[in-house]
Amino acid sequence: MDLAKAQLDHQIIYNIVDPGARILDLGCGSGELLQLLAENKDCKVQGIELDEQAIYQCVEKGLSVFHGDIDSGLSEYPDKSFDYVILNQSMQQVKRVDYVITESLRVADKAIIGFPNFTYWSSRFMLFFRGKAPITESLPYHWYDTPNIHFLSVADFRHYCRVKGIRILKAYFLGKKGLANFWPNLFALNAIFVISHDKL
Amino acid sequence: MTKHIGIVKTEYFTFGEHPHELKLESGAALGPITLAYETYGQLDEEKSNAILVLHALSGDAHAAGLHDGAKEPGWWDDLIGPGKGLDTNKYFVICSNVIGGCRGSTGPSSINPKTGQPYGLNFPIITIADIVKAQKHLIDYLGIKKLLSVVGGSMGGMQALQWVASFPQAVRSVIPIATSLKHSPQQIAFDEVGRQAVMADPAWCEGNYYDKKEKPIKGLAVARMIGHITYMSDKSMEEKFSRRLKEKNYSFKFSADFEVEGYLRYRGDTFVKRFDANSYLYITKAMDYFDLSANKLIHGDKRLDVRFLVIAFKSDWLYPAYQSQEIVRHLKIKGIDATYCEVKSTYGHDAFLLEVEEEAHLIKHFLHKTLKG
Repeated sequence: MDLAKAQLDHQIIYNIVDPGARILDLGCGSGELLQLLAENKDCKVQGIELDEQAIYQCVEKGLSVFHGDIDSGLSEYPDKSFDYVILNQSMQQVKRVDYVITESLRVADKAIIGFPNFTYWSSRFMLFFRGKAPITESLPYHWYDTPNIHFLSVADFRHYCRVKGIRILKAYFLGKKGLANFWPNLFALNAIFVISHDKL
Repeated sequence: MTKHIGIVKTEYFTFGEHPHELKLESGAALGPITLAYETYGQLDEEKSNAILVLHALSGDAHAAGLHDGAKEPGWWDDLIGPGKGLDTNKYFVICSNVIGGCRGSTGPSSINPKTGQPYGLNFPIITIADIVKAQKHLIDYLGIKKLLSVVGGSMGGMQALQWVASFPQAVRSVIPIATSLKHSPQQIAFDEVGRQAVMADPAWCEGNYYDKKEKPIKGLAVARMIGHITYMSDKSMEEKFSRRLKEKNYSFKFSADFEVEGYLRYRGDTFVKRFDANSYLYITKAMDYFDLSANKLIHGDKRLDVRFLVIAFKSDWLYPAYQSQEIVRHLKIKGIDATYCEVKSTYGHDAFLLEVEEEAHLIKHFLHKTLKG
């Protein structure tokens, strides 16, 4: 698989993960990222995905996946069954976010969490000047057809980690064309955090 | 995808002659035992491409291809053949009948060598573990040390699970479809109603009907009718029959007015021509005793190198998806590599025989990965 052709968030996550790591991807979609990690980095990967067609695509790629929702898919795993749990672009669709993050950090050493930043400047612009629910590249849905049930900003997530005693090991901010490290709460379309428990 | 294997023949393997009888879970011994089986495709030199297909309650060894002169192919012909889900160009597919049955293997209708008469109820009670133990003799006889996969739906899925529980080192992968780790009270209840229907038939005669003119076909037909209701879904019945009548008007008699009645009667009547009432009792009992819950599927702490593909169907209320998820939960706890898919279907439990396209897609890629490692 060609890393250079992969989407930017996949490239970033790919580089975060150590070779040979055990990975659980929550909301793995059709398995592009997992395939990349399994084939190029020899990772031991497992996905959970709700969409049936995506499951067929994963199996076609030789991946092991569970068909089901993320909220109910974690509790059976023994502690530290994985090195990383990946929750990329799926956290905002999960019902019980706090539970899923807590469980993720139980079953894995670290969690990689990628989400669209709700306070991107153009979102603020749409909300403030046009008085309409924002639509951006990372939040492309209308209010009536969005699968997202949680909206948060980079600052919100940092605050959450502080309150919960979760350590942020690394943070990456993605803009339209590349990284957007300057004032990310305003200029990042997407954010990727690597988190773990404080005691690590 | 439509290619048949061609003409196939059922073969027979006999073992367990005195004093090497098969020791059963109940403590009883059974022998000699004949198993009916069929094979499709070629076994490779390393004997590493063998897949064992396991059938459901009323199935038999004839899973694919055509018997000489027959019009209907085997029961899973859509899945087994050249280029199909279980690709006979690549794999050596074996389908084994079960002991206790009446389709060529030793069962209650077979002759008891001690008496020279059919066993009847002198046939020992068997379990799924006994069925699998007998199949292991067949696989040993074929010279196969490790099966690439064991595949089956419904009771076939139970046998697949039992294979990994009984002989964990003899399987590389397991594909349990529309099945469960254990029979639930609801499943036992339906089986018991079926058995009571058979035993309530005056022609059943405590199982000694083989030399009688009348056989307990009424009771067995009712059992099969009940079975068929549980294999469909409310929706599939609505689609298939609705309230359509066989004739223009109601008969105002107790004849089969509705198409659904006619269908069930037809299914009952054709079933009794090919199935033995006592076998129905023995095999349903084996299913009811089946219970691999509470760590009995994968025992011991040793890490097991086996992969699972678990498939369930959305409208299956006889073996609901939550029972397949229970298998998956168990595998997660044990750290076993597994894939689970709940296929959208309106066919109910019958889906495992009908939704072949989805099954074939999953099985094909899963096996490819298993073979490739």
